[in-house]
Amino acid sequence: MTTVAIDTKTFAHGVHPPDSKEDTRDLAVRQFPFAPVMVISLSQHLGAPAKAIVREGQEVARGQKIAEPGGFMSVAMHSPASGVVERIGLAPSSMGKMVEAIFIRPFPSSTQEIAEGVPCLLDRATPQEIATAIQQAGVVGLGGAAFPTHVKLSLKEDQHADTLLINGVECEPYLTTDHRVMLEQVDDIVLGVHYTLKVTGAEKAIIAIEANKPDAIAALSAACANEAAIDVQALEVKYPQGAEKILIKALLGREVPSGGLPIDVHVVSQNVATTAEIGRLLPHGRGILERVVTVGGPGVKRKGNYLISIGTPLRFILDHVGMAENASRVFLGGPMMGPAASNLDIPLTKGTSGVVVFTENEHASAEQKVYPCIRCGHCLDACPLFLNPSRLGSLARNREYDRMVEEQNLFDCFECGCCTYVCPSHIPLAQYFRLAKGIVREQAAK
Amino acid sequence: MSEARTLEIRTSPHIHSGDSTDAIMRNVALAVLPVALFSVFAYGLSALLLLGMAVATCVLSEHWLCRRGRRESSVGDWSAVVTGLLFGLTLPPWLPLWMAIVGGFFAIALGKLLFGGLGYNVFNPALVGRVVLQGAFPVAMTSWNAPFMAERFFALLPSTLTFPFTVPAIDATSGATPLAAMKFAGEATAAKDLALGLVGGSTGEASAVLIVLGGAYLAYRNMLNWRIPATILLTVFLFSGLFYLLDPEVYPAPTFMLFAGGLFFGAVFMATDMVTAPLASLGVVLYGVLIGTMVVVIRLWGGLPEGVQYSILFANGCVPLIDRVVRQRVYGTGKRRQTA
Repeated sequence: MTTVAIDTKTFAHGVHPPDSKEDTRDLAVRQFPFAPVMVISLSQHLGAPAKAIVREGQEVARGQKIAEPGGFMSVAMHSPASGVVERIGLAPSSMGKMVEAIFIRPFPSSTQEIAEGVPCLLDRATPQEIATAIQQAGVVGLGGAAFPTHVKLSLKEDQHADTLLINGVECEPYLTTDHRVMLEQVDDIVLGVHYTLKVTGAEKAIIAIEANKPDAIAALSAACANEAAIDVQALEVKYPQGAEKILIKALLGREVPSGGLPIDVHVVSQNVATTAEIGRLLPHGRGILERVVTVGGPGVKRKGNYLISIGTPLRFILDHVGMAENASRVFLGGPMMGPAASNLDIPLTKGTSGVVVFTENEHASAEQKVYPCIRCGHCLDACPLFLNPSRLGSLARNREYDRMVEEQNLFDCFECGCCTYVCPSHIPLAQYFRLAKGIVREQAAK
Repeated sequence: MSEARTLEIRTSPHIHSGDSTDAIMRNVALAVLPVALFSVFAYGLSALLLLGMAVATCVLSEHWLCRRGRRESSVGDWSAVVTGLLFGLTLPPWLPLWMAIVGGFFAIALGKLLFGGLGYNVFNPALVGRVVLQGAFPVAMTSWNAPFMAERFFALLPSTLTFPFTVPAIDATSGATPLAAMKFAGEATAAKDLALGLVGGSTGEASAVLIVLGGAYLAYRNMLNWRIPATILLTVFLFSGLFYLLDPEVYPAPTFMLFAGGLFFGAVFMATDMVTAPLASLGVVLYGVLIGTMVVVIRLWGGLPEGVQYSILFANGCVPLIDRVVRQRVYGTGKRRQTA
């Protein structure tokens, strides 16, 4: 019994940037070619790095496990291609640090058939077995956080989930990966929801989709028509609705306590693409080898949604799709929260949902003169957390970091960027706050 | 392989709404323009020259003072134009130009740059300029000439070109404003004439209709907080209406209180100055109620016929307090956070 609620829900505050999804939203996902060398970072999720279980010179099959979880807060890694382990060593990462990685050179003539493992079947496996299978499949949050999924789903004794939120909001401009997954992997999603419900013990699931994806709403509503436990809910288009805390407020009216987790308000939330991966991989005992990535933005010639092997270097991706002559900025994820790529040799990780390229035309508007704060209050009306970015900004300028934390809830800010987006004086507010948090953390570590 | 290419590294967000402070200021100037044009239509060449001189003085003062302070000139943000225009529109149309120059200079120097320039001033600069003039030239600032004089487009009023530092004889044509007539002679003027701007007064306080149009445009562009004029006007209407109901013989009608004097101009264009108004929405309502109450109190029981400028300046001074008192609850917290 599933109905699409005609009324669209939403949250207070937020912004309405142009969604810029028209270039890629109707393009079906296409397989991307293999790079000459793939670089599987062992630290591409939050938590402990994975431990390599292959050695240099070893031949590996596509889908073969090449690294074991390095603890509970860690997941397995699998070879994205049949080939040879060229070396195990340091590789650049998107955060700028060098991290341990496995370099694999695919065999050009291989059939690249995928090796399968032990299936984990929905009706036979216990919740604990499903959680372990998710960890062994290397599943992490594909929405960008890359938090090990099984950790989030394994509830403690005193925790109880009543609602599973499947996040198909995709509020970041330009990104259409979740949109395509919702159109092309409907069955995987429904199966993944059932696996996740079983692990968490939640009674019902809500698939949340913004109203700018009516085809996805229709497809999932049709698929869930006979699913008693799964509802599809449309949401008004507004940024940053895809942020977990904001989505929970928009859908359920609950607020995750400051410094807490969704489970504190009996909610588990999971990205829709992560859910689809669970449904696709577990019945075959396979691991994550590739993911859907939107490669778009005005600086990309052949924009599209591509199924790209984990470990494909950014440079290979951009060479293949072609960059515009005046391309000037590459970032991983959407333009509101995605970090700029510091280096084109960084490999694709599981948490990368998009590669967006801007040209000089776009950054002209971002390079405007910075004026003093004129107290217009637009940032207060934009902040989805009801912080006071104007005040935080002036404290940051005066380097009063302690007051930012104690008086103005600095650490509640999740850097969605709404304040910077609306500021008519072009004050880099979110950037100040990111910097201030780094300084405070550094001081605390001393 | 890729050809050599330089990529920029910045932190997110990478896109912007496109709003800018100078655009806001230009739009405020644009919204005030119909009011200014109407005053030129009503008072002729003298008003045109007065407004032009007020704007030029503010812009040149800001430029010159910035340079003297060895900092980059801030006239590019257009805020000095807005200050000049608003200041000019609060002056009596016949005012000697040299007085406008003195007031414009003080508006920028004392009202704005002394505090650190745009964004740092506590009081509305245009009103600071006006208050300086009111203190220095009380008679000249409270004498008014009649609108729609036959010769207004062909000749300047003799007072306009008064030699600097001399005060003109008060012209025989000058008459009492409706508020002064009410206060000192107990004569009421029809609200319709007041709303359309067919009575004497400051250069810009004439047409409530044009003022509301300009304000509506700014509110539509999200460049003006409509709650400020709305709460001010509502407070004045209700508060003065209460006394009117008690004794219509003694107290003026609330419609008269709304449309007379500079209330509309002050509520729509002066009190809404972003820099000197509260940040948070609830604070804005307090601020509006405070201004509205002060206006009624001054007009009914104060020594002055008009109370808008002092009410706004008083409320400007209360803004840091309002920002401190009014708090929003932060998501996921039980405690309330201070906005200032």
